[in-house]
Amino acid sequence: MAIALTLVTLALLPFVAALAIALTHGAPRVVHSGIAGAASAVGLALLASLAAPALTGPVPTASWQWVPALGLDLTLMIDPLGFLFALLILGIGLLVIVFAHFYLYPTEDTGRFFASLMLFQGAMLGIVIAGNVLLLLVFWEMTSLASFLLIGFWQHKAEARQGARMALAITGGGGLALIGGMVLLGIAAGSFDLATILARGAVVQASPLYPAILGLILVGCFTKSAQFPFHFWLPHAMAAPTPVSAYLHSATMVKAGVFLLARLWPVLAGTEAYTTIVTTTGLATMLLGAGVALFRHDLKSILAYSTISQLGMLVMLLGFSLEAAAMAAVLHILNHAAFKAALFMSAGIVEHETGTRDIRRLGGLAKAMPITALVATLAAASMAGLPPLGGFISKELMLYQTPKLALLGLPWLLPVLATIGASFSVAYSLRFALHLFFGQPREAEPYARAHDPSPGMWGGPALLTVIAVLLGIVPMTLAGPLVGAATGAVTGNAPPLVELALWHGLNLALALSLVAVVAGMLLVGVHRPLLARWERARLPDAKRMFESAMTFAETWARKAIVATHTPSLQTMLLASFSVIVLLILEGAAAGGGAFTGTRPGLPANAPAIIAWVLLIAATAAVVNDSRNRLRVLIYISVIGLVISLAFAVLSAPDLALTQISVEVVTILLLLLALNLLPKAPPLLSGAARKWRDGALAVTGGVLIGGLSWAMMTRDPGTSIAAYHLANSKPGGGGTNVVNVILVDFRAFDTFGEIIVLGIAGLGIFALLDTAAVGAAGARLRAWRADMALSPERHPMMLVAASRIVLPLTLAVGIYLFLRGHNQPGGGFIAALVVAIAFLVQYLAAGYDWSDARRRFGEHSLIAWGVLAALATGLGAVALGAPFLTSWFDYFSLPLIGKFELASAMAFDIGVFLTVVGAVMLALAQLSHVSQRAARAHAAAQAGEDAA
Amino acid sequence: MITYEFLVASAIGVLVAGGIFLALRARTFQVVLGLTLFSYAVNLFLFASGRLVTGRPAIWDKAVTDYTDPLPQALVLTAIVITFGMTAFVVILALRSFLETGSDHVDGASVPCDAQDGLADGEETRL
Repeated sequence: MAIALTLVTLALLPFVAALAIALTHGAPRVVHSGIAGAASAVGLALLASLAAPALTGPVPTASWQWVPALGLDLTLMIDPLGFLFALLILGIGLLVIVFAHFYLYPTEDTGRFFASLMLFQGAMLGIVIAGNVLLLLVFWEMTSLASFLLIGFWQHKAEARQGARMALAITGGGGLALIGGMVLLGIAAGSFDLATILARGAVVQASPLYPAILGLILVGCFTKSAQFPFHFWLPHAMAAPTPVSAYLHSATMVKAGVFLLARLWPVLAGTEAYTTIVTTTGLATMLLGAGVALFRHDLKSILAYSTISQLGMLVMLLGFSLEAAAMAAVLHILNHAAFKAALFMSAGIVEHETGTRDIRRLGGLAKAMPITALVATLAAASMAGLPPLGGFISKELMLYQTPKLALLGLPWLLPVLATIGASFSVAYSLRFALHLFFGQPREAEPYARAHDPSPGMWGGPALLTVIAVLLGIVPMTLAGPLVGAATGAVTGNAPPLVELALWHGLNLALALSLVAVVAGMLLVGVHRPLLARWERARLPDAKRMFESAMTFAETWARKAIVATHTPSLQTMLLASFSVIVLLILEGAAAGGGAFTGTRPGLPANAPAIIAWVLLIAATAAVVNDSRNRLRVLIYISVIGLVISLAFAVLSAPDLALTQISVEVVTILLLLLALNLLPKAPPLLSGAARKWRDGALAVTGGVLIGGLSWAMMTRDPGTSIAAYHLANSKPGGGGTNVVNVILVDFRAFDTFGEIIVLGIAGLGIFALLDTAAVGAAGARLRAWRADMALSPERHPMMLVAASRIVLPLTLAVGIYLFLRGHNQPGGGFIAALVVAIAFLVQYLAAGYDWSDARRRFGEHSLIAWGVLAALATGLGAVALGAPFLTSWFDYFSLPLIGKFELASAMAFDIGVFLTVVGAVMLALAQLSHVSQRAARAHAAAQAGEDAA
Repeated sequence: MITYEFLVASAIGVLVAGGIFLALRARTFQVVLGLTLFSYAVNLFLFASGRLVTGRPAIWDKAVTDYTDPLPQALVLTAIVITFGMTAFVVILALRSFLETGSDHVDGASVPCDAQDGLADGEETRL
């Protein structure tokens, strides 16, 4: 249990910190960086407490069911590979936070910066400790979003916005592919649990889905880790503040793809397709990145391309599908994180202190900023792979592995190409250090400003450089056990024997290494002529290609929308209705069988037939006379009345009560709306259109009427009604089964419905409350009553009667509510009756009089209603039952006798309050608006008269 | 013999036909009326899916053995209330659109009417 708690705390801590930072948004930056730093430090301590079990086993795991039906569990686990990455994420995270504290100016929005940074840290940590692939995907997407926010942190810069969008498009798009791949992987392996999947490598590789799984997952990994041809987003992401580049684009996010390749190694690696694709991609990326890096001038751009190259090397090593190569990759992950983060922060220092990142304007800085120069030069030497630094060992291991794989059947090809890549690495690393810190200053102005920063800024990179050096001098002490255990976790076998040392004797790797160093030095020597040639060459511009691809997609998406969508409701509805009619026709044609079923009919009596005639006539009148809007409302109410009667006759008293009260409210609503709408507008449709619509309407009516007939003349299949009837009294404590279904069996549905109703009420309020300004406000003020008004606005008889009726109606409402559980009634019906009682007051005495006597706001009624229903549901959860389980018992009191108390009644109170609130909000607001318009008009009239 | 089934089925058909025809009109108020008719039809249809019975309760009682199906009733009950919410929202939306644009055409004032519907051009907006 302690381990589970530690894991959960570790996973949640960054998010809690992000929230805390966001909540203290206005505080000074030290609060923000303090929270972020403290969270990272605590995270590191928690991680350290898990070190022993994580590295030697058993793997600390914690699991809770989340959505068991989907195989989505909340599983966290921390094996040696996850531990290594978590260490990098938290450790480098802490250093970056300290660096960022000094790097950002106090005037910048540090709250947003650190909140996004912690969000990213949490997402990244989630990826490496997720024990369920679906959970991993959630965190994966989160890193794309958080990195979008971080790259675009300086929103005012166009390049930051473009860079952020490009990164999101590429990594987010790759994320989509990854989702597909992971879901297929889960299907092939029969589980979404990571540990289970890793144990079923053979099953997955034998599955026919394997090629699709491999392709999709590789797209996800390659986009995230900036592999060719998806590499181009990374240099553009350099528009981010430098601490972000140091964190995301050296140690963490771009390594997520490498991490996933390593994570899924036992499942994916080893096949020919895997080896060929992954090795080739990695090699191509390594060569391309190294070559381009040599000719960039922006410090961060140099580092970005070098990162692309180094990531390529890692991917290539994992592609070998050899244990020793995997070990080299693990070691290099560690090395790269140390030296690259140090270099990015050094570049940030140089920019911060000189005002430029252009290497052509800098030079000789070693004199002005000796500490930075020492730190950055050592880190660059490790990047170059020079002894006695850590980078040398991992590059040796890499070169040692290359002859083991014959690319294109040529055993010499891979060593040669890898050595060329290594030569370029030496060259760009040396150039970075030499052109920046040594020789003569190229421009006076940046040099004159340059000086070493405070220790707070150089402390982090210095610490990382010390680690990079120690990784070369005492590799076994510092990293031996970790590398061994992590390699074991990658391959899924026992940890291999690890031998890390600077001197491996005279072998091919050493010779290749030597060649690379000499060639690299030569390349730096001839850099000037090479650069001239490079700049003359016309090279494809990835950014422009990306943008034209985006433009192309946008253009065609718009064309497709215009072709399939018209902005006319009539056309769209016509299309929809036609499709529905065709579907029913198709279904009727395919169904076969008799039109009329065998279920005996219920003979109708004379009153029923008369009511039916009334309904048909009223419907015809509505259609025929739809332009005389007041009269139409009378026809509509006739239809509603007939339907209420039908419900009453057909054994549905609850429905009859609901329908008739809704009918009253609806007619009131339409009346109020009509007051402001045109009452008899001119005809708009021509005859041809009417005939066409009429034909479609008749076809639809005949089909749906026929469908209803076919349905009603057949017996239903097995109904679940019996269950509801049998359990209503013993399980729900009520005899009105309809009401028990609403407040108990399907109370969750009802809960959703009252929320919808509340939202509709609030939406209406928003629409009307903002209608007083702009064009709408002007039209409201210009409103004229276009019918003769009664001289007596509030007839005395009506006012007096409505006030007498009010308490009676309220009593009826309460009665309907209380008996609802056992007899027809309940929260919905009672609410409608009570709402009508109040609305009649508005109708009779006017908005102002009634509103002045209102005791509670409709908004709060809605809110309290939803809260009451929610509290009822949560009460059940608190007592250990599922959400919204109801409870009831019988009590007796003197005088009253035996009575029942049920928690469902509290739920029904929630329903009642919400419905009253929503109905009142809609109608009272509408009458308020009319009143406002009338008053504005009267005031204008009075003004005219006075003039 | 005229049965309840025939009455209800034909009523549903007539309401649907009226609903489709009105929903295709150009004025917002007519579309609201169409939706109202359509909602009646849909609620009746859902209710009818429990089949029509007369004189049988949905109230549980020891003495009763035959009941009507309570489940469609419960579903239709909330459907009726939600229908009101939807109608109210659409009405207010129509009203707001009318106030903003000065036209109660479903596509707003900016949509030119084709020759067939030519009456809209010369129409003077009245409030």
